Amino acid sequence: MSLGPIKQVIGRAVPVPGDDIDTDRIIPARFLKCVVFDELGGQLFYDVRFDSEGKSIGHPIDKPQFVGASIIISGDNFGCGSSREHAPQAIKRAGFNAVIAGSYAEIFFGNCTTLGIVCAVAEKAVRDELMKAVEANPAAEMVLDVEGSKVKFNGKEYAVDIKPNAKKAFVEGSYDSLAELLNGLPQVRELEKTLKYSFV
Amino acid sequence: MGKSLFQKVWDAHTVRVLPNGQTQLFIGMHLIHEVTSPQAFAMLRELNIKVAFPERTFATVDHIIPTEGDARKRPLADPMAEEMFQAIERNTKENGITFFNPETERQGVVHIVGPEQGVTQPGTTIACGDSHTATHGAFGAIAFGIGTSQVRDVLATQTMSIAPFKVRKVEITGKLNEGVYAKDVILYIISKLGVNGGIGYAYEFCGDVIKNMSMEGRMTVCNMAIEGGARVGYINPDETTYAYLKGKPYAPKDWDKAVAYWNSMKSDADAVYDDVVTFKGEDIEPMVTWGITPEQAIGISQSIPAVSNEVMAEALEYTGFAAGDKMDGKKVDVVFIGSCTNGRIEDFREAAKYAKGRKVAAGVRALAVPGSYNVKKQAEAEGLDKIFIEAGFEWREPGCSMCLAMNPDKLVGRQISASTSNRNFKGRQGSSTGRTLLVSPVMAVAAAVTGTITDARKVFGIGG
Ligand code: SF4
Repeated sequence: MSLGPIKQVIGRAVPVPGDDIDTDRIIPARFLKCVVFDELGGQLFYDVRFDSEGKSIGHPIDKPQFVGASIIISGDNFGCGSSREHAPQAIKRAGFNAVIAGSYAEIFFGNCTTLGIVCAVAEKAVRDELMKAVEANPAAEMVLDVEGSKVKFNGKEYAVDIKPNAKKAFVEGSYDSLAELLNGLPQVRELEKTLKYSFV
Repeated sequence: MGKSLFQKVWDAHTVRVLPNGQTQLFIGMHLIHEVTSPQAFAMLRELNIKVAFPERTFATVDHIIPTEGDARKRPLADPMAEEMFQAIERNTKENGITFFNPETERQGVVHIVGPEQGVTQPGTTIACGDSHTATHGAFGAIAFGIGTSQVRDVLATQTMSIAPFKVRKVEITGKLNEGVYAKDVILYIISKLGVNGGIGYAYEFCGDVIKNMSMEGRMTVCNMAIEGGARVGYINPDETTYAYLKGKPYAPKDWDKAVAYWNSMKSDADAVYDDVVTFKGEDIEPMVTWGITPEQAIGISQSIPAVSNEVMAEALEYTGFAAGDKMDGKKVDVVFIGSCTNGRIEDFREAAKYAKGRKVAAGVRALAVPGSYNVKKQAEAEGLDKIFIEAGFEWREPGCSMCLAMNPDKLVGRQISASTSNRNFKGRQGSSTGRTLLVSPVMAVAAAVTGTITDARKVFGIGG
């Protein structure tokens, strides 16, 4: 988990077509019983990735040409449903640092931003073209320029939208509240002295 | 212009305004349990950050722990539950955090343990990775549930980034009729204000009904504030509060100074509120839910209302009840007395009073699960366990038990349970088709002995 600024995301991309991919699809509820988020990566999209015996059923992220990708391209209303933080954690732990979709559920978007997962919005025409280009050339690296709100792939540039607040937070490295809270620790210690109660 | 307790506590705990516009709020007391804390400790380990104020975090284990004596032997039969148990043991030990564990016999449901240990105090901010944290507001604390990333933030800095709430004064005037309890009061309030009515608000509960309530009853009311959408529910501290706290293990040593501070934090008489609602205590009768949200509750004499929205239709499809039905007379398969809503000593005393000399109806499974070791020991000292056992209840070890499906206590198939817990969501009690009817402990006993939802006042001759 890095707390540094995120000015761009560079990596291979994988198309995960479909609208309304909800958090139950991203991480089925039975995986919520866990002590660390680390293993959630392997459980990402579990029920649409594996059969009842745990064998791959050919979900895009398991196709050999896309293994190791770090950017997901998907449809509208990505991340809807339950607010579980396990969903963005699963995405992050599976090695993804950015999503390019038509739109996002609000809580999911907030959770992703805190974790440093860049959620960019692209129009359908752009996504369709990107998906096609990535299918044709899966080994090529994509550059998601956060500051410039654009995607560069295969010599072409595409416009995407990143919410101003999130963009500012990524570029400044302030997307995770912890960094800012830690900055305030000296003041926190001062405030503690003014409290009229303690437990020791 | 006066201030509410909420504003005073918020101000006293504000470190600064963050660049994101939210408040960096100091958390006076942090509670953790085994389900939502291990991931936070793992994140800290990854970042190589230490717990900043370990003496301000207290831990227990409640959700996954079995409530049958033998099943509590370690290692637990469910390997995942055992792993979660070990994680909290290790995390508290490594970080010097007090762990109210079963060996010390101070374990119990997190929202029961905090108050009975005296770490829940007036004028403080309290956070816990659990939505029913508002329970602690009964003491005049500002207490709320947080997510796992925020648990991490509190461990690392004893602060979190949060925006202030608006405050709604919820006044309950007059007095309650006999056989009507705190549980009925909060179910009534939620049925009137709705499950989303409190979003963005802290609820300040007040009025004569609240003033005359025991601490146990006040905790029941605040516990369910979140079911009405309010992340915070609180009650101004008074002599009842102080009498409860006095002598508790973590109660302040300098008592007079503490009381002076607590008194200074009460809402001023001329405090300004964003909203005020008033209910009459006399209007409340024993309540029961019929649907899949706590808002879907009616008085025992009433009928299920006509369907006026999608959630109602969905609820009736799930429960199999019909608009116009009375809940009075509906058969139950299971009765569960326990949870952080109604798993305290007063709940068992009141339930035992009516279970005494009666028998659980044939075919009904009844569980009485104390919320903590303290509650269990006290109940056993008073002989309540024998009353329950003789009546045909199972008397268990402390934990969340059948409140939710993370331990072995679960509903099976379409079973209907009369439960003193706080959520009647689909599948909440462990069966994806199981049905939960939320009631008070005395209504639960009436359901146990008659095998049906019925007016406890009639069965037991209360108030007449
Ligand atoms: S008793 Fe139920 S509501 Fe309370 S903490 Fe346990 S699971 Fe949550």
